[in-house]
Amino acid sequence: MITAPELEIAVLVLGMAILIVESFATRIDRRFLAFAAIAGLAAVLVASFFVAPGGPPDQATGFWSFYTADRLAIFFKQFALLTTILVLIMMIDYAPVVRDSFPGSSLQAGLGEFFAVPIFTCAGLMYMASAIDFIFIFVSLELVTISFYVLVSFTRRNPATLEAGVKYLVLSALSTAFFVYGITWLFGATGETNLQRITVALTNPSTEHGAALFGMVLVLVALGFKLAAVPFQIWVPDVYQGAPTPVTAYLSVASKAAGFVVLLRVMRPFLMLPQMQRLIVLVALLTLIYGNLAALPQTNLKRLLAYSSIAHAGYLLIGVACFDGAAVTFYLAAYLLMTLLSFAVLVIVAQQTGDQISDFDGLGMRSPFLAFAMLIGMVSLAGVPFTAGFLGKFFIFYAAIAQRQIALVVVGVITVGCGFYYYLKVVRAMYWQPAAKINKIPTSALSRIAISALIVATIWLGVYPQPILDALKR
Amino acid sequence: MVLFVIFCPIVAAILILIGASARKTALATSVLTFVMALLLLASFQKGQRDFQHVTSFSISPEWHLSFTTGLDGLSLAMVLLAAIVTVAAVWFAGRIDKYENAFYACLLLISGGAIGAFASIDLFFFYAFHELALIPTFLLIGIWGSGNRVAAAWKITIYLAIGSFILLLGLILLYQSVPVTSRSFDIRALQAAATGGQISADSQRHIYLLLLTGFGILISLFPFHTWAPEAYAAAPAPAAMLHAGVLKKFGLYGLLRLAIPLLPEGARHWTDLLVVLLLGNIIYVGLVTIAQKRLDWMLGYSSVMHMGYIFLGIASASILGVTGAVVLMFAHGLSIALLFAIAGELRKRADTLTFDELGGLGKVMPFAGLAFGLGAFAAIGLPGFANFAGEIMIFFGAFRNGWDMERFHIFQVATVLGLWGVVISTVYMLRAYRRTFMGALGERLRGRKELADLRPALRLPVTLLVGALLYYGFFPQSFVRMVAPAFRTYLTANKQP
Repeated sequence: MITAPELEIAVLVLGMAILIVESFATRIDRRFLAFAAIAGLAAVLVASFFVAPGGPPDQATGFWSFYTADRLAIFFKQFALLTTILVLIMMIDYAPVVRDSFPGSSLQAGLGEFFAVPIFTCAGLMYMASAIDFIFIFVSLELVTISFYVLVSFTRRNPATLEAGVKYLVLSALSTAFFVYGITWLFGATGETNLQRITVALTNPSTEHGAALFGMVLVLVALGFKLAAVPFQIWVPDVYQGAPTPVTAYLSVASKAAGFVVLLRVMRPFLMLPQMQRLIVLVALLTLIYGNLAALPQTNLKRLLAYSSIAHAGYLLIGVACFDGAAVTFYLAAYLLMTLLSFAVLVIVAQQTGDQISDFDGLGMRSPFLAFAMLIGMVSLAGVPFTAGFLGKFFIFYAAIAQRQIALVVVGVITVGCGFYYYLKVVRAMYWQPAAKINKIPTSALSRIAISALIVATIWLGVYPQPILDALKR
Repeated sequence: MVLFVIFCPIVAAILILIGASARKTALATSVLTFVMALLLLASFQKGQRDFQHVTSFSISPEWHLSFTTGLDGLSLAMVLLAAIVTVAAVWFAGRIDKYENAFYACLLLISGGAIGAFASIDLFFFYAFHELALIPTFLLIGIWGSGNRVAAAWKITIYLAIGSFILLLGLILLYQSVPVTSRSFDIRALQAAATGGQISADSQRHIYLLLLTGFGILISLFPFHTWAPEAYAAAPAPAAMLHAGVLKKFGLYGLLRLAIPLLPEGARHWTDLLVVLLLGNIIYVGLVTIAQKRLDWMLGYSSVMHMGYIFLGIASASILGVTGAVVLMFAHGLSIALLFAIAGELRKRADTLTFDELGGLGKVMPFAGLAFGLGAFAAIGLPGFANFAGEIMIFFGAFRNGWDMERFHIFQVATVLGLWGVVISTVYMLRAYRRTFMGALGERLRGRKELADLRPALRLPVTLLVGALLYYGFFPQSFVRMVAPAFRTYLTANKQP
């Protein structure tokens, strides 16, 4: 039987091996490295289905006091692996752009690192899914963030990318500072960094609840940056627009998912405090309103998806405010599928035309397959039944109604209406508008397979959600 | 067999998208669906209360969610309507200039979604199938529409999206209002729970209001009706036929299926509000219809107005009124489809639907004139057409309704005003007929070569629509015997004074 920590070790070894091959075997086609990475991660993904889940974390000691292998952790490890594989496939399509951004250097300079760094990000995400101790959460969070520093500014000759890199660096560093400061307050109040023991300490009447709450709020601020929750969302549009497109996809799916796992875990000790719930409800309301309203006038698809990612953080926060971990997890799974589907199409089309919405004009004529894929992605993001996105919203609204959170429900319905407008703007461009050029858009076989798989999965989850529900509940 | 009727159009739509020959596949499919619906009608055991032809696949046991389909008299009537209108709509569609495959696929998806919604016994799929039609409608109006298509497409899509999410909230609340042990998405289980008194009066009121708002937006209940005329005027004729004829009946079907059996207390509580709103549909929208200057807008408004009668039948809560509402739903679906089809043909030939520019078309296009005239007479409610049977039942049912009310009350006022509505619809329909088909040929139309009568092949769908209208107009009893048992458990016959 495989144990959970071996998965991360395998991923780290894979990443190092790829770096070593990259620096010594200078003659090979760099895309070979990406295929190797995809194959390696796929093997780990398969192996993750045979991991024995760990015992209850209460009486665990040693390594297991900061590392857990419960259902949630395993699920999010698979989530991270799947995301990384799909992002690597997008990166292969994106390789020409990276090459062009290093003028004068050899043909494939820089590509090796471009394919290797996401593997380390993936390891960080997997550690994060298992972390139940604040120190360990911090360390894995930094592994993710630092590798993202590299990825976001990878095509650094492009001024927009450089701007994105600097913004991401500064604001992430700031959020890290908040996080560490929050941990020290929590440690000061309870004398513990382990989440389980913090829960116990909080029930002790001699604990200073005010100090612990203050620390928790600081931690929430830091997580707010990762989730792109209002009012910590200002970096999102610029960074999403400037970063290389596959990295944007990675950032919007993996980074957000990891933020929500950590949020679900660190919120658990504080669930009994009503003021905490009110705070989350307020943040959710602001995030929903801001994300959806700001998305309405966008004309750039990457920017639109950035605001849509803020909007979806709002729906996810409804789930957190209603303490429904299963709904949040399902929504994240649906979000992974539909967001990566949209980005996969965007990567291919943007290289031919551009990433403005008007660059998608007439895509229905130029490439019916890509247009249909984008249609499914957008319709699912908007929340039309028989797609995964609808069931995600269904479970979220179900939880909100069960908790009688009237304000969240009312605002949620209005923002769903907004969502229909801005997602269908893309559909409108693809099918209503005449094409500027009529040449076909070439699609590689690998991305064709990946996109088809994502379409099928989006519809499959929308009709038959039971596999995910089972994976979480057993 | 029910599954076949649902998935036949959907599978055909996918085949067409992949590359099957669009028009042939669509026509064959719609005729096949129609034949299957007739077979279902023939094998249906009239007078039985329960759902027949039930099939069920479990989706999520812990949520008691399953894909269950089946038919009772009410849903069979609606499936039949959908099948007839689909044949007519596909037949009238003809040749399409761009994206021909996508056009027919969208039509078939709307039809499949409507049939699926009518035949689903499970709330979740009942809702989801209806939403299947949302995106095709957006595309149909946006790509192939005419006039102010951009605004119309946005308006209908956003109205319907918000309406259906409000409806979704109502359905979730309904699901949660039942005690945890008997929670289910199965309508039959919910009905059992409701008859056992497990849904409290308080939550009934909340749910009914949500359902009335959600369904009301979908049905174009006054004051949520403004999307409808605009969208129908801009939509290509087959889309308007399917949407006004079939899809809009989904909301009414939902009220009949959910509100009356499950939420009697909620219905009683909100009766006065509903009656006031439906009078808005009949009188206010009726007067607005008279003022229209274009044929397509006039038809759109008239379809909104006729929803008022159906609401009156539903609000009466008497078995006579409710059955009349179903008859009128069926008849209105057929007659409005016929009228939109002829209007679409006129637009193709004359390039305009403004009354001032039309006129005298009866001489050039005698068959179109005859068909439009029959549709207009049906819409007015002339005896002999099924519309008449429906309206008369509604008026009788509403005048002596199923609620325990004083001798003189709001329903009697509403019935009297509703009768005046018939006069209003006579005025606008006959005026439209005169200004379109009689008199001298409009100035802009003189010398146009395209002005030719409907091609002979199109007489078949017209005959189908008119035939069904006349058949159920002369023999409404066979329709009533099929539908009425569905309500007999929940409603009593009219009380004797």
